[in-house]
Amino acid sequence: MFQPSPWRADFPAIAALQRQHQTYLDSAATSQKPQALLDALSHYYGHGAANVHRAQHLPGALATQAFETSRDKVAAWLNAADSRQVVFTHGATSALNLLAYGLEHRLEAGDEIAVSALEHHANLLPWQQLAHRRNLRLVVLPLDAHGYIDLNQALQLIGPRTRVLAVSQLSNVLGTWQPLPALLAHARAQGALTVVDGAQGVVHGRHDVQQLGCDFYVFSSHKLYGPDGVGVLYGHSQALGLLRHWQFGGEMVQLAEYHSASFRPAPLGFEAGTPPIAGVIGLGATLGYLASLDAQAVAAHETSLHQHLLRGLADREGVRILGTPQAALASFVIEGVHNADIAHLLTEQGIAVRAGHHCAMPLLKGLGLEGAIRVSLGLYNDSDDLQRFFAALDQGLELLR
Amino acid sequence: MNMPEQARQALDAFEQGKGWEQRARLLMQWGERLEPLAETEKTEANRVHGCESLVWLVAEQVDGLWRFKASSDARLLRGLLALMLVRVQGLATDELAMLDLRAWFTQLGLERQLSPSRSNGLHAVLQRMAELASNR
Repeated sequence: MFQPSPWRADFPAIAALQRQHQTYLDSAATSQKPQALLDALSHYYGHGAANVHRAQHLPGALATQAFETSRDKVAAWLNAADSRQVVFTHGATSALNLLAYGLEHRLEAGDEIAVSALEHHANLLPWQQLAHRRNLRLVVLPLDAHGYIDLNQALQLIGPRTRVLAVSQLSNVLGTWQPLPALLAHARAQGALTVVDGAQGVVHGRHDVQQLGCDFYVFSSHKLYGPDGVGVLYGHSQALGLLRHWQFGGEMVQLAEYHSASFRPAPLGFEAGTPPIAGVIGLGATLGYLASLDAQAVAAHETSLHQHLLRGLADREGVRILGTPQAALASFVIEGVHNADIAHLLTEQGIAVRAGHHCAMPLLKGLGLEGAIRVSLGLYNDSDDLQRFFAALDQGLELLR
Repeated sequence: MNMPEQARQALDAFEQGKGWEQRARLLMQWGERLEPLAETEKTEANRVHGCESLVWLVAEQVDGLWRFKASSDARLLRGLLALMLVRVQGLATDELAMLDLRAWFTQLGLERQLSPSRSNGLHAVLQRMAELASNR
């Protein structure tokens, strides 16, 4: 039965891609954008760009107001207690690097940082490199066969020396929601700071950072139907207060002299240089659009499409799905067939999926794989997209076998 | 610069090949023609990095002329490597430096395989070729 997406027409690029015979199933890498965002960017650039938090003139005041309204919208989206808990960065990666540098002064040799075995590089490398700089121990929490962090082992491994726990909410390869409540509660009880990488999780459902009870929550705008070049770092007020400033310049300064300076607190103190103003305003427009949708209808649509994807893969001979995906995506390999060959033939047929290691090389290596194919869904996908993918997959396999 | 006989054959075949299925079949056939690599040649030094598949390129010069061997664990990429080798086999360094391999793949109707994306092996192989032509 055909399952349309009621929101497909809100994303003009989907129709444009279809005219180029492209079926977009790579939303976990980046998403297509709603018309509301295109309008906001066009309005901002068409009506007078200006820098924020600097000028007294009218364009500057308007830009600052729009910029700060986006901060309010992000805070509301995450149910943060206060807009000042929202720091704009240049992406999830830069938000995680901000944390790794901002917290460095609190860590000493022998301290431990815990990450999970499924982290993508953005939530692994900043901590790994911090561990090298400060002679810390990086503890890697193992996974169970389904692709969840193994809670029994994790609760043993997170102990009094653990100063930071940094874990993904939703795996970008396995599509599994991680057992955050138990992990975060335990880490907090051990006195560790908790960092949740919401890069994938934020795109599916609404998440309440107060309810989650994490110290920091990080996501990037471009996966959440917003512009690229913008990321968000939410921090609990006390946790933000622990961060040292890490990049310098622009309006993050309070008083500057030739040989010394003092700096603003969060959020502005962590937004050095000119921020991505248009992008932040665009993210606000995207959130306005998303907030206008029937959240239950979106969730039901995504769940149903995801089931369709899993069923279709399971129906095909030799397909091995990685982990037990619960949402958004599925990664798979096919027995006796190189994933690069499948990827090649899907590309030839206009199916845009991701092939390779998905920026999570250690995870793939741990699964004994060089790579995998990942199909990921956005709210604009419909069942025809999946049908085209399956037809192309069948054709490709027939050719290869 | 004149074109080796095998390259001319490849061009004929691919010019007639219409549609993605025909192209894929031809690529797999050409991939079969690659001289297999010995395990001892699949060394880290011969690995071409920057692609998500395993690719090896073995290059040596005999009397000033290049002799190449190549392989990959991915079948279609083996076909692309075979098509590259028939064009570059036996060239002198100055000839290799002058050869436009991108134009060669475009002639074959395979220009889409040249995207500089990391997931694409061919781009990295072409870069390695260019290094060989400029370094030695």
